[in-house]
Amino acid sequence: MQALSLYDKLWASHVVRQDADGTALIYIDRHLVHEVTSPQAYEGLKLAGRKPWRVQSIVATADHNTPTKDWDQGIKDPIARLQVETLNANIKEYGALRFYPFRDENQGIVHVIGPESGATLPGMTVVCGDSHTSTHGAFGCLAFGIGTSEVEHVLATQCLVTKKARSMQVCVEGELGAGVTAKDIALAVIGKIGTAGATGHAVEFTGSAIRALSMEARMTLCNMAIEAGARAGMVAVDDATLAYVKGRPLAPSGAMWDAAVKYWRTLTSDAGAKFDTTVTLAAADVKPQVTWGTSPQMVTTIDGRVPDPQQEADAVKREGITRALNYMGLKANTPMTEIAIDKVFIGSCTNSRIEDLRAAAAVVRGKKVAANVKLALVVPGSGLVKRQAESEGLDQVFVAAGFEWREPGCSMCLGMNDDQLAPGERCASTSNRNFEGRQGPGGRTHLVSPAMAAAAAVAGHFVDVRELH
Amino acid sequence: MEKFVSREGLVAPLDRSNVDTDAIIPKQFLKSIKRVGYGPNLFDEWRYLDHGEPGMDNSKRPLNPDFILNAPRYRGAQILLARENFGCGSSREHAPWAISQYGFQAVIAPSYADIFFSNSFKNGLLLIKLEAQIVDRLFKETQSTPGYRLAIDLQEQSVTTPGGEVIKFEIDPFLKHCLINGLDEIGLTLEHAEEIRVYEAQRKKQQPWLYI
Ligand code: SF4
Repeated sequence: MQALSLYDKLWASHVVRQDADGTALIYIDRHLVHEVTSPQAYEGLKLAGRKPWRVQSIVATADHNTPTKDWDQGIKDPIARLQVETLNANIKEYGALRFYPFRDENQGIVHVIGPESGATLPGMTVVCGDSHTSTHGAFGCLAFGIGTSEVEHVLATQCLVTKKARSMQVCVEGELGAGVTAKDIALAVIGKIGTAGATGHAVEFTGSAIRALSMEARMTLCNMAIEAGARAGMVAVDDATLAYVKGRPLAPSGAMWDAAVKYWRTLTSDAGAKFDTTVTLAAADVKPQVTWGTSPQMVTTIDGRVPDPQQEADAVKREGITRALNYMGLKANTPMTEIAIDKVFIGSCTNSRIEDLRAAAAVVRGKKVAANVKLALVVPGSGLVKRQAESEGLDQVFVAAGFEWREPGCSMCLGMNDDQLAPGERCASTSNRNFEGRQGPGGRTHLVSPAMAAAAAVAGHFVDVRELH
Repeated sequence: MEKFVSREGLVAPLDRSNVDTDAIIPKQFLKSIKRVGYGPNLFDEWRYLDHGEPGMDNSKRPLNPDFILNAPRYRGAQILLARENFGCGSSREHAPWAISQYGFQAVIAPSYADIFFSNSFKNGLLLIKLEAQIVDRLFKETQSTPGYRLAIDLQEQSVTTPGGEVIKFEIDPFLKHCLINGLDEIGLTLEHAEEIRVYEAQRKKQQPWLYI
């Protein structure tokens, strides 16, 4: 029998029909919905006189546009409020398996609440009108982001029209050093292959270093797969996967659990499975990463320096570096540890889970945010994460150090609400994108892990967390 | 979806690689629940000198004279020439909406991000992939020739330069078919509704835990 990859298996089990040219109709098990990319899809559905195919596949929440403080005052921005109310109205009219509206105790970032509610299960196809849907691949799922037309298509047909992607294996062997995290692996991979390095590919993360990662860390890694251009990121099912899923509200139990586990155990790549591309990385070589530019591939290690465009032979790349340094207000050859910051953001679907908050809290415990840092924000990924953190006293650790402890949501990851950078402000951020203006017009984003962000908050500039260990 | 009509048009060169969806249409415009009205805010942060917010009268805002689309010679351009990995970043379909609604009918670049690629075709925006070297040459010709136009023939899968050079491009046959005929993909899929039902019933039997 031919050795199959995890992606081969997930693909094959979802093909409803396939044309000779490879165009396939694939079935979607889970459809996650949020306020920003769904209104036009529901409107299209209504205009065409169609109904959702399977309401029970839908799990919805409001996260992108919602404020992270003063929840009792509602949403002040009338345009954002209308969008959130439109989601409420659409779910009310058409229904959903679960809906966590604004101010619900389990509301949160769609990619945090999917797994924690058990809405994300191994072997599923998971889609959402959001590129970071790749996050859910951590559970041995085929999970990917779609646009609004496709949201409408899934609503109406429970399927998508697509072609099989090429496959890529990112193999990380060995042991990560202390203070080095999944975020650093992700950034190191993107630094190596570029933001288009995995375009057209479904990526499976393999190797002993990946197997040693917690589910939270695997989610961080798969979350960032899209920043390498990947269609999907995934990790094979193992004991850690099952332990995480077990007992979640939407997970099966009893005999059904046993039957599911039997199938889920098959969701790994067979020995000898073929990949179109393989990228390897030695875990021991990965150091804490910091981005210096306006694309996640513009990244270096904490002991590195801001690059010098003069050293770049390729004219287009040189121009790109110069433009990025200009925007970022950085001088060539500056050591990364000498870059001072104005704000700190710990949150986003990349790094807002309980483990991330624990890692950050461990660094700031008993310390104070540096005087030059104007705002240090911690935004838990969901209501559940928030309550868990509070029960462990993490909120107190942050508040005592001078951080603000907020309500869950996307927040300063993209600044659709009030949480934004002012022009020229520099931020140590645990989010996933450092594009121009991403966290606010003129804002300057440096992507780092939660521990690195926490350490920068305390020092007022970037520091090597490994020296704190 | 509107049918794609083959035509010729003025070319505007956007000489940057990795142009991301946040640059194409900044997040504040994503709060809208409409499908239209995004054209005036295409490339908002590069295009205007002030900060744009929804509801502003864009005709009164100060234009950035250094931004290429504001140059008088590129006014009314219908073809956008771009560099590699165009459209990277988020899944926002507002990006192709903004590009189309600005007046572009096609983009030519060496490569595109996957989600942006599929979103564009669903909105009748043709994305043409050409080799980086050819794109580079088109950049030079566009920049050095005022009024530079290209003719795009989707049926023939060709781009013709003012000098009469015919450049062929590859395109997925299904995407081409949908674009030329302006097909409603949902309608097409629903023709297979019975197959979907059969698949679903079988899936329910094999993996009942997905249906609790
Ligand atoms: S946290 Fe950021 S990246 Fe994640 S879904 Fe929200 S806006 Fe998108």
